[in-house]
Amino acid sequence: MTDLKPDELLARIEPKPPQKGWMDTPAEIRKGMYCYASNYKSVKTLSLPNARPWNPLEEDWKLPDNWQQIVHEGFKQRLENYRSLKIFMDICVRCGACADKCHFFIGTGDPKNMPVLRAELLRSVYRNDFTTAGKLLGKIGGEKFIGARKLTLSVLKEWWYYLFQCSQCRRCSVFCPYGIDTAEITLLGRELLNLLGINIDWIATPISNCYKTGNHLGIQPHAFKDMLDFFVDDIEEISGLKIEPAFNKKGADILFITPSGDVFADPGTYTCMGYMLLFHFLKEKYDFDITWSTYASEGGNFGFFTSHEVMKRLNAKMYAEAKRLGVKWILGGECGHMWRVIHQYMDTMNGPADFLEEPVSPITGTKFENAKSTKMVHIAEFTADLIKHNKLDLDISRNDNVKLTFHDSCNPARGMGLLEEPRYVIKNVCNSFYEMPENTIREQTFCCGGGAGLNAGENMELRLSGGLPRANAVKHVHEKYGVNMLGTICAVDRAVFPALMEYWVPEVDVIGLHELVGNALVFPGEQKRTTDLRGEPLPGMEEDGDE
Amino acid sequence: MNINYIISLITVIVLFLIAYIGVEVAGLQILFGIFLPYAAFLIFIIGICYRVMEWAKSPVPFSIPTTCGQQKSLSWIKPNPIDNPTTKGAVIIRMIFEIFCFRSLFRNTISKLNGGSKLSYKLEISLWAFALLFHYSFLVVLLRHLRFFLEPVPSCIKLVEFFDGFMKVEFINDFIHIGLPGIYLSGFALLGAVVFLFARRVYLPHIRYISLASDFFPLFLIMGIAISGIFMRYFTKVDIVGVKELTMGLVTLSPGIPENVGSVFYVHMLFISVLMAYFPFSKLMHMAGVFLSPTRNLTTNTRAIRHINPWNYPVKIHTYAEYEDEFREKMIEAGLPVEKELK
Repeated sequence: MTDLKPDELLARIEPKPPQKGWMDTPAEIRKGMYCYASNYKSVKTLSLPNARPWNPLEEDWKLPDNWQQIVHEGFKQRLENYRSLKIFMDICVRCGACADKCHFFIGTGDPKNMPVLRAELLRSVYRNDFTTAGKLLGKIGGEKFIGARKLTLSVLKEWWYYLFQCSQCRRCSVFCPYGIDTAEITLLGRELLNLLGINIDWIATPISNCYKTGNHLGIQPHAFKDMLDFFVDDIEEISGLKIEPAFNKKGADILFITPSGDVFADPGTYTCMGYMLLFHFLKEKYDFDITWSTYASEGGNFGFFTSHEVMKRLNAKMYAEAKRLGVKWILGGECGHMWRVIHQYMDTMNGPADFLEEPVSPITGTKFENAKSTKMVHIAEFTADLIKHNKLDLDISRNDNVKLTFHDSCNPARGMGLLEEPRYVIKNVCNSFYEMPENTIREQTFCCGGGAGLNAGENMELRLSGGLPRANAVKHVHEKYGVNMLGTICAVDRAVFPALMEYWVPEVDVIGLHELVGNALVFPGEQKRTTDLRGEPLPGMEEDGDE
Repeated sequence: MNINYIISLITVIVLFLIAYIGVEVAGLQILFGIFLPYAAFLIFIIGICYRVMEWAKSPVPFSIPTTCGQQKSLSWIKPNPIDNPTTKGAVIIRMIFEIFCFRSLFRNTISKLNGGSKLSYKLEISLWAFALLFHYSFLVVLLRHLRFFLEPVPSCIKLVEFFDGFMKVEFINDFIHIGLPGIYLSGFALLGAVVFLFARRVYLPHIRYISLASDFFPLFLIMGIAISGIFMRYFTKVDIVGVKELTMGLVTLSPGIPENVGSVFYVHMLFISVLMAYFPFSKLMHMAGVFLSPTRNLTTNTRAIRHINPWNYPVKIHTYAEYEDEFREKMIEAGLPVEKELK
């Protein structure tokens, strides 16, 4: 946690940009705002370039001698491969509509966190290296006229500092008249940085873990099973139900993949218990057979924050494992960037998944036409469909202690449009639901402040600043309606929000959608539940707990 | 004082002087009235085509539309087909809204930290309104000017003129003759919108901070074009017959320089020529680029239809077999199924 009190952090928001132009203001790498350098051992796992120990605070970043050439050629290649990059480099008119749409800009006031300027950091070099105007004007010393500059070490450090202050949430791209997507620019910019081995460790080590063990947290197969068995015990204690999750089971109907964060830390673990209860219910009542995988034990994809290639290398496991196990289709858990990868990249990168079937819910008969090629269904779609067809037995009153608001995770909102499915589920499992103000939800939702690999501990000031707009909206509904719970469908949210809430709105706790479902699910022959999945007394059961 | 706009202003003033003195002193009518317009027009057309072809050369490896509304998923959930388009037709509608109505810009809000602790977001449509005014008045001005390049003047152009000039204002005395000829709204609207776009770049601190000289330059240039045009029409009363003789000469490829066309006209021509020649090298290419933006012009049904990446290449992955080799013993011990038993 940062030492600054909330009002001190608010007072630090710079109201105006400095007098001096941004090109003449080099980045000052400040504690609390940056993440530690990538561990060279992790960089080695995937054979990524320039693995060596380095420290961003030191002058020498231990770059290869020809680093400028590497970046120049990498940039050139990406311009040839991505029309998006060319267009986004060329057509921005700097109207500034994106500026105060970024949570990091709103929360810090640092002008280089305006999406337009974050992109200009790269554009300035692009104009110098790749445009006719830049080359001509550069010769007569007029490069400033069009905002062109050479790539120096100071510029590179500025790239690093600010490309890792973007959570690739795409809120700015909703407002841009040309749809310029900073997430795309940041991703490709980070690819260039990775050519020099200057990643952050909060990304480098998870991708290394994910590559080797199947998940970001480096949980080995036996430990993964142990952790789920631990939830089995908890569930038995709470409900008396004996659950037997299947692992790596060949011939199961469905493979289920969720972020490993859900098996690892509270409150994601309760969401995980919710999934397990749901699957148990479906197994008992409808003989629906779902398996977990220890090999494809990660839904999230920190490769997405590194490069397209690493994204593909990590994502490949999903289809590989589905093929090996011979399942019909894949069901995906609650996660943000994971779903952008699945929805917009997976099929293109690692498809076609012609060994799978077009997803059909055997319980309701619903064909998931929208997933007929990728063959992967979002669990909110799946559960909403079950509820709509009255296939779940729900006791909504079990969540009566919850006064809920719902945070649309950035990528399901702006990279998919998954807006109503979770709300439909919520309305069927929770009686008190209040929306945050309209400019802060749905396609205009604000990031948790820790997306795109920025949910480390050492950059807590950045996270708390970037999370301010979201927290502020939560605070609004807390004060207005007494909201005490923030619902999410993202594992990073569940990891990031507890600290954010504790700092800005300590009265509000964090909950996943399927924890609410798990609480509400009624099983035939279960013992009368007195607590929710967290072991907190259910409404009206407070007395019983004392007996 | 901001060096960025001073430089741009000076550049435009120098352009003015070059044309004015060039005509008045050196008699370079042929240069400003014939050669530069032809050259600029060629650069404009060839330049834009070249830039668009350059963009088109790069493939679109991934389908990355920004979804701004409910997806099409379950049959009973109402999708938002415009902001989350799943068909080509819907994409076209989305693009029409984007290009003709600046839909995304219409969402613009302004965020404010009230009382030091409470954030609010208010709709802020002035940028949208003035951007729209700017582009549409420019379009009307352009259409009106087609009368100089077509003989006889098509009736649709006359219709545009009629509506553009519907506001009849007359103010006539010995010195000022406003109302004869009739006022065209578009010219003044264009000038007003440009002044607004300039003023926000100067007065809003953050917009000033991101503005480059190359952002001010086209604004001053367009201001110069509008002012010189207004000046000729309402004040110096340029010899309209002479102007049409020159412009018709240009389009019929039999150029000539008529007499009695004042030097302000050549200033006007130089400004336009510079704008045309500058266009393909600058951010003004957003006019063409907006059509190609992959976050707007692609369908969002990316899980239903596979998008093909032409350069998709195989990558090294950590296979299940390698994984099991590493963990087999532990997996067996934990009761997890394995492909190969221990030897």
